[in-house]
Amino acid sequence: MLRLLSVGLFVLAWQAASWRVGGQLLPAPATVLGAVVAEARSGALFLHLGATLARVALSFALAMTLGTAIGYVMGRRRTVDRLADPWLLILLNLPALVVIVLAYVWAGLTEAAAIGAIAINKLPNAVVTVREGARALDPTLDEMASVFAVPAWRRLRHVVVPQLAPYLAASARSGLSLVWKIVLVAELLGRPNGVGFEIGAAFQLFDITRILAYALSFSVVVLSIELLLVQPLERYASRWRQRAA
Amino acid sequence: MRPAGVSALLEVDIERKAWAASAGDRLQVLENVRFTLRHGEVGVFFGPSGCGKTTMLRIIAGLDPDYTGRVVRPPHARIGMVFQEPRLLPWRSVDDNVRFVAPDITEERLSALFAILQLDRHRTHFPGELSLGLARRVAIARAFAVEPDILILDEPLVSLDARLSAHIRDELAALVDSRPVTTLLVTHSLDEAVRLGDRIFLMSARPGRIVSETFIPKPRAARDASDVAAIKRRVEHEAERQGSVAT
Ligand SMILES: Nc1ncnc2c1ncn2[C@@H]1O[C@H](COP(=O)(O)OP(=O)(O)OP(=O)(O)O)[C@@H](O)[C@H]1O
Ligand SMILES: [Mg+2]
Repeated sequence: MLRLLSVGLFVLAWQAASWRVGGQLLPAPATVLGAVVAEARSGALFLHLGATLARVALSFALAMTLGTAIGYVMGRRRTVDRLADPWLLILLNLPALVVIVLAYVWAGLTEAAAIGAIAINKLPNAVVTVREGARALDPTLDEMASVFAVPAWRRLRHVVVPQLAPYLAASARSGLSLVWKIVLVAELLGRPNGVGFEIGAAFQLFDITRILAYALSFSVVVLSIELLLVQPLERYASRWRQRAA
Repeated sequence: MRPAGVSALLEVDIERKAWAASAGDRLQVLENVRFTLRHGEVGVFFGPSGCGKTTMLRIIAGLDPDYTGRVVRPPHARIGMVFQEPRLLPWRSVDDNVRFVAPDITEERLSALFAILQLDRHRTHFPGELSLGLARRVAIARAFAVEPDILILDEPLVSLDARLSAHIRDELAALVDSRPVTTLLVTHSLDEAVRLGDRIFLMSARPGRIVSETFIPKPRAARDASDVAAIKRRVEHEAERQGSVAT
């Protein structure tokens, strides 16, 4: 209810601002919605949204998988942690733009370069979070499992993963929002489709309506994924906590 | 039930065990702890708090390689252990906590175990919903579920009320007698020691050594109240003689 009110207020404010500065600079909500519908009719909207989503999914999966594996090993093995830590620091502080540009320079304006660059931007973030989780693993449960000679994969599944779950969720969340932001830049700079590409093209023509139409559609998709996928998953992973409390 | 096939000895010879203390010092915890248990024997360890009993059990369980000496377990011996704390997986139900270590256990055996330990009503509960006494019983169920060759029990019956603790104690005795398993039991209760043990090892204050050993030839099931009282007196007398305050 409150959320709906807040959305309504946002639309009202938008409309008011549009009247104030003029439709040229800030098109009214109805105009933008019209553009969204037009783009959807032509099919272009879904094509570009689809291309962007596919890149998000691939680079996110890549970064999470690699980041979880590296973070876990770094959290459990001191020597690996010492060795890899400086690299991690460099990666953490490397601007996204630099990574993307270098990837395009070295690997060409290819899909692999784009996805790789986005993944590398998210990777250190996942590593740091999962490493924190691996350091916090309860050693007494580890001992219990080892006395009872529980095989490695069962331990991983029933002892390690449940303890890492909150860290994985946190890293997925912050990672997803990071990937959302970076994917558009990568598309703008070197892809022939996707929301970022479209916004770039509209920018060249100073077509603010189209920029807003794509930005809005994209935000709606991101929000839906957050509300319908990420949050329920988080609740599922921590259900035993609620019962135990 | 799986027959306990392994019938070799458990040989323990811990010459020295020290923990790293503050400022680079070493805290000497165990010294010349030497004993051998035959297959199916129950050894009870009785000693003052902090004398190194838990430390010793961890070494015997193979959890701590940092000591001088040697522990020889029968080859392929399966270990069941009740730690001093329950150590349950908080995100798994009581049922799944037991199945975690014994995935092949039959429903029949599982419900029998839960019935003995009076846990039937709690099978779907999560550890956070259990009292400490209940959680300890789940840990006992888990240790027996694996049909161990070596059973290691670190004060398994504390935080149970007197009646329940007596009940579980007798059930433990019955379980051990129904399928002989080499058992190491740490307890602060002389009563428990005398009713469950074949041999009672008295330990000194830190650094822990074994100062005396009392052998009880009469089978557990045959010991009556007067036997128990007599053995208790013997152990108490021994404890006084050694100047060890065991309880
Ligand atoms: N991980 C550790 N690091 C350093 N010192 C330890 C460690 N674990 C135990 N100690 C020390 O070793 C000594 C023996 O501890 P231990 O837990 O074995 O005693 P215990 O006989 O089991 O006592 P209780 O009857 O109270 O359980 C104690 O002084 C304790 O402080
Ligand atoms: Mg102890």
